[in-house]
Amino acid sequence: MSADPHEKLIYMANQISKFFESKPHAEGVAGIAAHINDFWEPRMRRHLFEVVDAGGTGLRPLVMEAAQTIRRPAPEHA
Amino acid sequence: MKDFVIPDRDFGTPAAKSKTMVTLTIDGFDITVPEGTSIMRAAAEIGISVPKLCATDSLDAFGSCRLCLVEIEGRNGTPASCTTPVAPGIKVHTQNSKLKQLRRGVMELYISDHPLDCLTCSANGDCELQDMAGAVGLRDVRYEAVDTHFKAKNTSGEANPQWMPKDDSNPYFTYDPAKCIVCSRCVRACEEVQGTFALTIEGRGFDSRVSFGAKTDTALTSDCVSCGACVQACPTATLQEKSIIDIGTPERSVITTCAYCGVGCSFKAEMRGDELVRMTPYKHGKANRGHSCVKGRFAYGYASHKDRILSPMIRDKITDPWQEVSWDEAMEFTANRMKGLIEKHGRQSVGVITSSRCTNEEAYLVQKLTRAVFMNNNTDTCARVCHSPTGYGLGQTFGTSAGTQDFDSVEETDVVILIGANPTDGHPVFASRLKKRLRAGAKLIVIDPRRIDLVDNSAHIRAAHHLALTPGTNVAVVTAIAHTIVTEGLFDEEFIRTRCDWDEFQDYAEFVSDARHSPEATQLLTGVKADELRAAARLYAKGGNGAIYYGLGVTEHSQGSTTVIGIANLAMLTGNIGRPGVGVNPLRGQNNVQGSCDMGSFPHELPGYRHVKNDSVREVFESIWGVKIDNEPGLRIPNMLDAAVEGTFKGLYCQGEDILQSDPDTKHVAAGLAAMECVIVHDLFLNETANYAHVFFPGSSFLEKDGTFTNAERRINRVRKVMAPKQGYADWEVTQLFAQAMGADWHYTHPSQIMDEIAMLTPSFAGVSYEKLETMGSIQWPCNESAPEGTPLMHIDGFVRGKGKFIRTEYVATDEKTGPRFPLLLTTGRILSQYNVGAQTRRTENVVWHEEDLLEIHPHDAELRGVRDGQYVKLASRSGETSLKAKITDRVSPGVVYTTFHHPTTQANVITTDFSDWATNCPEYKVTAVQVSPSNGPTEWQEDYAEQAAQSRRILAAE
Repeated sequence: MSADPHEKLIYMANQISKFFESKPHAEGVAGIAAHINDFWEPRMRRHLFEVVDAGGTGLRPLVMEAAQTIRRPAPEHA
Repeated sequence: MKDFVIPDRDFGTPAAKSKTMVTLTIDGFDITVPEGTSIMRAAAEIGISVPKLCATDSLDAFGSCRLCLVEIEGRNGTPASCTTPVAPGIKVHTQNSKLKQLRRGVMELYISDHPLDCLTCSANGDCELQDMAGAVGLRDVRYEAVDTHFKAKNTSGEANPQWMPKDDSNPYFTYDPAKCIVCSRCVRACEEVQGTFALTIEGRGFDSRVSFGAKTDTALTSDCVSCGACVQACPTATLQEKSIIDIGTPERSVITTCAYCGVGCSFKAEMRGDELVRMTPYKHGKANRGHSCVKGRFAYGYASHKDRILSPMIRDKITDPWQEVSWDEAMEFTANRMKGLIEKHGRQSVGVITSSRCTNEEAYLVQKLTRAVFMNNNTDTCARVCHSPTGYGLGQTFGTSAGTQDFDSVEETDVVILIGANPTDGHPVFASRLKKRLRAGAKLIVIDPRRIDLVDNSAHIRAAHHLALTPGTNVAVVTAIAHTIVTEGLFDEEFIRTRCDWDEFQDYAEFVSDARHSPEATQLLTGVKADELRAAARLYAKGGNGAIYYGLGVTEHSQGSTTVIGIANLAMLTGNIGRPGVGVNPLRGQNNVQGSCDMGSFPHELPGYRHVKNDSVREVFESIWGVKIDNEPGLRIPNMLDAAVEGTFKGLYCQGEDILQSDPDTKHVAAGLAAMECVIVHDLFLNETANYAHVFFPGSSFLEKDGTFTNAERRINRVRKVMAPKQGYADWEVTQLFAQAMGADWHYTHPSQIMDEIAMLTPSFAGVSYEKLETMGSIQWPCNESAPEGTPLMHIDGFVRGKGKFIRTEYVATDEKTGPRFPLLLTTGRILSQYNVGAQTRRTENVVWHEEDLLEIHPHDAELRGVRDGQYVKLASRSGETSLKAKITDRVSPGVVYTTFHHPTTQANVITTDFSDWATNCPEYKVTAVQVSPSNGPTEWQEDYAEQAAQSRRILAAE
């Protein structure tokens, strides 16, 4: 994979999504958000939101839906 | 061999397990023992040691030496007390003039064919034959033997054909046939305890000889795995540790815990002064029950190897040579650097890696350092790259991140599923216990791409089913097993209704019942024949107590966590949880992987697996530590490396872990480390990671410190200091010095105080203390008010999370796919004699068994590529390429190649990619698409790497 941090995070978010896609829709969306909130440190979530805010190119639809409930990290150097 | 100082009494025969009790009289004393107990053992219970040679309580009675004869009133003759069971009301006499005379006669015959060189014999003072000669009052030998086994030449100077020279081919022990009394203890130990059957008795009568395999074999060329069980059992100097021959007998022994794999065997470190004479397995160790493997028993020489670094070292840049400094200077240099980085780049710019090889107390301090001194949650541990999916998967389904059983549980198992684990190499002492059960009739199902020894290459064992799946299809196979169990109605409805959530079960049942999960639908994908899989599923579901044991072949995949969930589902479906003989059992790689996880080494959770987002949990720690704890998860190892390449992560304290060698995608790890400005390596040796370090703190071995390790059965075992740290400080003291230099007010004077703090802050450890460990020997967590003596079996009446949770396990193919450029799948593993990245075992005599990593390749694939056995081949993936020698074998299927990763020159992780488990980022070590081609020797990368490593390891001469 390339050194582009976004590419790697998109891949990881989509991987998580694929696990939760087999669940009932609402549970899947909540599952993705909870997983990313619990395990992704703020820097990673910041990069994720850079992708989401730019339209979410490359992210699976369920990740985009989950993004509503993923915690936005505090600004850098908090 | 006899025990020293506080001998463990040898009761002669194993304990009987019957609940029916029998009362008899021995030498006038009444004694009540379980039915089936031998008279010898009953006598030993009241302190009467009947003379014996061929009996020892680790082995079944054999009745060959005729020294333990007794008389029973009303019975004829003088039966052997080892083979004669007790009976109600019998009156036994162990000592009278007839017995004395008989025993003396037996000893005379033994001694007539045994050299009388006691004074210079290596077993002098540690010889049961010598002891028995004394015990029976042997004063004279009337027989002048014409033929002997111990005289090299007869009186005329002719060679004695019965004499055989000493076999010293094994690096750790010798076999001297001249000292042998043919008691068969070694042969029986190899068979009953180890299960290898390498030893046999050749010939009959006077010609009977102990023999390693065939007549032309030596100890080294035979099947012998050098576990030491025969040496342990030998009553004379026939099988003797070379260290005893070199040093002499020990004068004291200290009970401690092996620092190799996750079995966590208890050992006695036998000492003379501060020299370690030998390590012997501790009979009362509850993980190993007196057994050992070649690593724990013999491969401890690394602790005194000349490569060990004993002085702290610093350097400004990684291209500089190392400079040896005092501990004070090292601490000042390091603290200044780290403080500078925090000031310039913020508190999130630094972090730690705790060690799964160090003690619980040390891991706890390292994560405390980052949480309470650096003020972030950037802590991770090598469990990231092995069992992090276990933590996630079992946590989600059962509610706790640990195996459900103790190792004793295997004695009551009827069907074992072994998935992605190779215990005869990776967890040998557990393997021996498993093999014992299999020889007694339990059935084995192996799910592994490779034909591991337990499939068909272990004496008297054959797996009932071997599902040789294509690497990367674990989830499909496990789900197909669930499909079979559900659709054929083999599930345990009562268990599911009472113990699990019925709605979740129905959802799961509907999911797995879909025809696309059937073995017939998945067989093309997985390579596992549908009827074989169905038969295996039926056997597990209905074959009695079913237990699942699994290893890194499950976790190190992009769907590692999903497979763990699938395994938990199988156990719940069949009701195989919550009693002896069943359960879900991860076989942990390193000695303290379980412990380092328990101790809050992961960036999202505090000790005891409690998420940092929980205010109530943080408050408890904050009140004791006197700091504010970050409520955001910190960086995992791969995140640290990514952030370093990005430029936001600058400083790392890495204790007892070699991420450059053990983590995937070496080039990415090297780039991350090179981008950091302060890398602190705390280790015994200048490991591969140290090539990129600015500070080196020399570490202490497990022999040099107090602490605890927690093994794969959640058992907390004591590690005891048997000698002073060679470099001045135990590792926990070094971390404390560093924390103090960073401004922390830490004043621990003994690891027991650290454990007290852990117990105070962690509910599952609440009842643990060094005092309790001292009296109980070991404790399995949870240990608290409701389980003051610990918890051998988990989830007995209910799951930790309440109801067991079934979770859907959709198979998602890994993106690591074969294609025209990389048509083969590489999978990795380990070998018996070596451990992990080999930093320890490569520095011992164990290299005689494995001096380099080899690439196993199927004859078909080899022929297609013109690869010959023993020839160098190039192994290439999209990440990189390396070279190693090929070994042609049909143990791997066509299309699959296999190697170990014990040697840094092999650089197997140059090949592995950065694909990882979706939930935990545990790397996908077990699947890499590769190509293999003939080659002349090392690749350019290997040569460059060797050059950089050599440059980096330069140490300036002292001024």
